Amino acid sequence: MEKFTTLVSIAAPLDRANIDTDAIIPKQFLKSIKRSGFGPNLFDEWRYLDASEVGMDNSKRPINKDFVLNKAEYQGAKILITRENFGCGSSREHAPWALEDYGFKAIIAPSFADIFYNNCFKNGILPIVQNNDIMDELFLVNGDITIDLEAQTILANNKEYSFEVDAERKRRLMNGLDDIALTLQHSDEIKSFENTYFKKYSWL
Amino acid sequence: MPQTLYDKLMSTHVVREEATTALIYIDRQLIHEVTSPQAFEGLELAGRKPWRLAASIAVPDHNVPTTDRSSGVSGIEDPISKLQIETLDSNCEKFGINEIQMNDIRQGIVHVVGPEQGATLPGMSIVCGDSHTSTHGALGALAFGIGTSEVEHVLATGCLWQSKSKNLKIEVNGDLNKYVSAKDIALYIIGQIGTAGGTGFAIEFAGTSIQKLSVEGRMTLCNMAIEAGARVGMVAVDDKTLEYVKGRPMAPTGNEWDKAVEYWKSLHSDKDAHFDQIVSIDAKDIKPQVTWGTSPEMVVAVDGLIPDPTKESDPVKAQSIKNALNYIHLEANIPINTVSIDKVFIGSCTNSRIEDLRAAADVAKGKHIADNIKLALVVPGSGLIKAQAEKEGLDKIFTEAGFEWREAGCSMCLAMNADKLEVGERCASTSNRNFEGRQGQGSFTHLVSPEIAAASAIAGHFAQP
Repeated sequence: MEKFTTLVSIAAPLDRANIDTDAIIPKQFLKSIKRSGFGPNLFDEWRYLDASEVGMDNSKRPINKDFVLNKAEYQGAKILITRENFGCGSSREHAPWALEDYGFKAIIAPSFADIFYNNCFKNGILPIVQNNDIMDELFLVNGDITIDLEAQTILANNKEYSFEVDAERKRRLMNGLDDIALTLQHSDEIKSFENTYFKKYSWL
Repeated sequence: MPQTLYDKLMSTHVVREEATTALIYIDRQLIHEVTSPQAFEGLELAGRKPWRLAASIAVPDHNVPTTDRSSGVSGIEDPISKLQIETLDSNCEKFGINEIQMNDIRQGIVHVVGPEQGATLPGMSIVCGDSHTSTHGALGALAFGIGTSEVEHVLATGCLWQSKSKNLKIEVNGDLNKYVSAKDIALYIIGQIGTAGGTGFAIEFAGTSIQKLSVEGRMTLCNMAIEAGARVGMVAVDDKTLEYVKGRPMAPTGNEWDKAVEYWKSLHSDKDAHFDQIVSIDAKDIKPQVTWGTSPEMVVAVDGLIPDPTKESDPVKAQSIKNALNYIHLEANIPINTVSIDKVFIGSCTNSRIEDLRAAADVAKGKHIADNIKLALVVPGSGLIKAQAEKEGLDKIFTEAGFEWREAGCSMCLAMNADKLEVGERCASTSNRNFEGRQGQGSFTHLVSPEIAAASAIAGHFAQP
């Protein structure tokens, strides 16, 4: 996993609440057995005007010019700014895969759905929670926003905001650590747990 | 200190505690074809093996055709769906994982198959790469959905890092009104607390109305906990739970059964256990529900009106109502029961169990679907449910009423297989999500119970029996 330290980028404002993972990446793309290549179909039904099919050449599809990600000023945005309950619905990790593949490295919203929030950290994406008043300010920002994970700050329009992040998740994100390798360092503990556990709950 | 059911289930499984998170032991990992291929690939690339093979059981469900399966997996028309199921088959074979394959009579929707096979037992920690894993909490288990990275993590380590959720108790007391089912309770609750109302919480459903529900009904309710934002939904173990589990193929027997029952009887919240939040609902306030918008919280009673965004004071909410009405092609202030429909779907991990099929058949018996209904599908949750329904003659009731009777799978709940809505089609669906495009691009989904789905199929518009 790629390390996350500091991010400087313009932000794309997606002013909508309760964006679900079906909207982030529609189900037809979940048939892929790969982990990459979902970026061109991120927000597919909002981004394109035609009906999508797996394997289409997305560069030839008609674009919805009103959709924020299609506007010239937001090309190359690595930060997504949005509203409450982002990532609700299906647990599909294809949603953060699509966001990451498109180029987003951080998402700022007043709240996230639990499973999605968790999935972000597994893919080097930093989800940041800010209250509605600050969100309203961030929606108005023109120009770059700087996110400093070490300092846990957002700098926008010469104003600094702080954010919370779990210390262990921060450490893993900053160092790009492999979760499984870290857990397997506790193999002996897991085995010793199993010895006691399966004696007590012997029907399992 | 008195503990909640959730606290008990969590603490039993803690392998190691750190400052804000704990390593939790996983008893059961359910696997399907959509969220597992990348996990198996990761495992293979790292040269790792599954930690404990007996923990896992796999079944294809999302992509399987619900029509003729006599040619097996090779007969699946969509090459990408076919590849995904073949990949599950080959991964299970390669890693030695127990798989119920597509043409096995036990095949079905993973959240139906788990409890049906006794692979889901009270007290277990259960995960699956699917948010509706909350279903299994109906048996007093700790069950929740995870992403594919975590699927790989559980395969490789037998464990998962978890931070503790807060405790939310939702009590429903009193006798249910006529034609009100577990589905209506779920939709009503989500309408009250919102789709983020349960975010950060584990929900325990309690109260006399819940105690009176069958285990199948409790599964419907816990299934929808995620639509309220909660990863975990639970109901305490009682005699109904034990009766449901007894005799299942993977359930313990003899002395082990007695030992298990003794433990399982402790799986309820202690008197005076602390809940961070309690929501109390009077059963008499719950009528049969129909969603009108593009989020499960956008719901009204079947005799209610579609809301008016101009009457909403919160601007973000008003905009959400406007967006939803615009997408779903409906006007504010009209009665939902005047809205006509094109298709009906009875199935999904929410409502495809035998009890659901019986309830829908009861409404459809001796009647016929309306002329404007282009398709009414009944998709049982498993091959065994299908067989049971056929034994009871439910298939005949449905086909004589003009419904199609299909093979088991997720089907039109998320339309990954061939069962989907066309652009502009409106569906009364017993599934769990009415998001934009969920059942097919540009289609309109309205969530209802099996009874309301059947009654609406017959009326041609939303209706109660």
